Amino acid sequence: MKYTSLSLSLTVAAFTLGLGACSGDDNNDANNGDRFETVTFRVTMTNTTHNQPLSPPAVILSATGRYAWDLGLPASDGLEVLSESGSPSAFVAAFDGLVSATGAEVIMPGQSVTLSLTTDADEPLALTVVSMLVNTNDGFTGVTAWPVSHLARDGLISVLAPIYDAGTEANMETADSVPGPAAGGEGFNALRDDVDFVSRHPGVVTADDGYDASVLDQSHRFDNGAMAIAVTRF
Amino acid sequence: MNIKPLIVTGLLSLVSSVSVAENLSINISNLTQGIYFTPLLITTHMENVHLYQTGTAATMELQAMAEGGDISGLLASSDTLGAVSVANPAEGLLAPGMMTDVMTLDTGDNDRLSIVAMILPSNDGFVGLDAWPIPSEPGTYTLWLNAYDAGTEANNELIADGSGMPGTLGVPANPGHNGGVSGTGVTTNESNQYIHIHRGNLGDTDAEGGKSDFDSRIHRWLNPVAKVVVTVH
Repeated sequence: MKYTSLSLSLTVAAFTLGLGACSGDDNNDANNGDRFETVTFRVTMTNTTHNQPLSPPAVILSATGRYAWDLGLPASDGLEVLSESGSPSAFVAAFDGLVSATGAEVIMPGQSVTLSLTTDADEPLALTVVSMLVNTNDGFTGVTAWPVSHLARDGLISVLAPIYDAGTEANMETADSVPGPAAGGEGFNALRDDVDFVSRHPGVVTADDGYDASVLDQSHRFDNGAMAIAVTRF
Repeated sequence: MNIKPLIVTGLLSLVSSVSVAENLSINISNLTQGIYFTPLLITTHMENVHLYQTGTAATMELQAMAEGGDISGLLASSDTLGAVSVANPAEGLLAPGMMTDVMTLDTGDNDRLSIVAMILPSNDGFVGLDAWPIPSEPGTYTLWLNAYDAGTEANNELIADGSGMPGTLGVPANPGHNGGVSGTGVTTNESNQYIHIHRGNLGDTDAEGGKSDFDSRIHRWLNPVAKVVVTVH
């Protein structure tokens, strides 16, 4: 049986297309690229902060080299919405990866969630994971363009994801600008009133540190590292 | 007190070491949202040479850099020890979110890499890399740098003209012009006179008073403050 090369358009979550080696066909095709192999990555995300719930995370598999953000450059519109409101759908749609999944709920401090991604794309793969720190103005955490194809079956790689500032909303920490449970304020605002580039987050000040207008208290502070991400391959 | 311009530990080997000259490319990114780096000094040098070491007192040349951004003393001292250096690749300040490149650096006999620059606004804060062993294996290596306190000046967080001179208290500039004025001073005491990890800027939200001339919402950071990508060709 000849394998034709297809351009695969992959569906979300656990499906694979029903293509595979025809049983009983043990031709050694000279062209290894025509063999389709299904791979599943399980991504476990743990909130390592003290009191910063993480918005429902987005996880995306893509070709390598696709960066969802760049330090020193403006955030995309989808990332702005996510980092200010926690809503991931615009970000996921715009990134247009191979396969994606989003969490069903917020990850509370100390809690974990696992999402699975399955693909039979025949190319080197990379992972993007992103979530908002909800008791901030536009703070987010995650990884982007993280290569995962080298992971052996049953192997595991892990990282403590840094905390970034989208640069789209000034870090005023006020009740009307922080969406998380500390405040219940506005999420996304299309006006970009901050430096308009992505950077590492400078941390929150909070009212306990003398910033009277802040709705945050000392429990909302953080040091670098908000989400422990562990990836296994099946 | 005999202050050496650089810290040299142990014996410098006078015999040419087995290290082979490498050709490096170096990319440095300012990861912060609101902190500027003054002109960078990138230097490759021999083992046992240090521009600074945590837990030791700053040299006069290190102090001049940390308090005022003056790298000339460190550069001159490095030259006398056979270092190969690049000074000020960004041709001035490296602003938040910006990056700069050294396209090619031939290390000669040197096999350690050090990097320093003052961070602004601060009294005597600097970003640093101390004597990183340069790999002989070609490839790309990523380093994350922290912010350090030189321990030579109290962190009063007050802007004062001319305070870049060692011995003159104050912060020489806030390049972003986004702080306050008329602060009363965070502290007059520097109790830790050794080089250590900077405890951070305090700042305040009072544009015309408070303790600090820095804005707590803009001039703080969480380590790392710089990303360095070294390519060994």
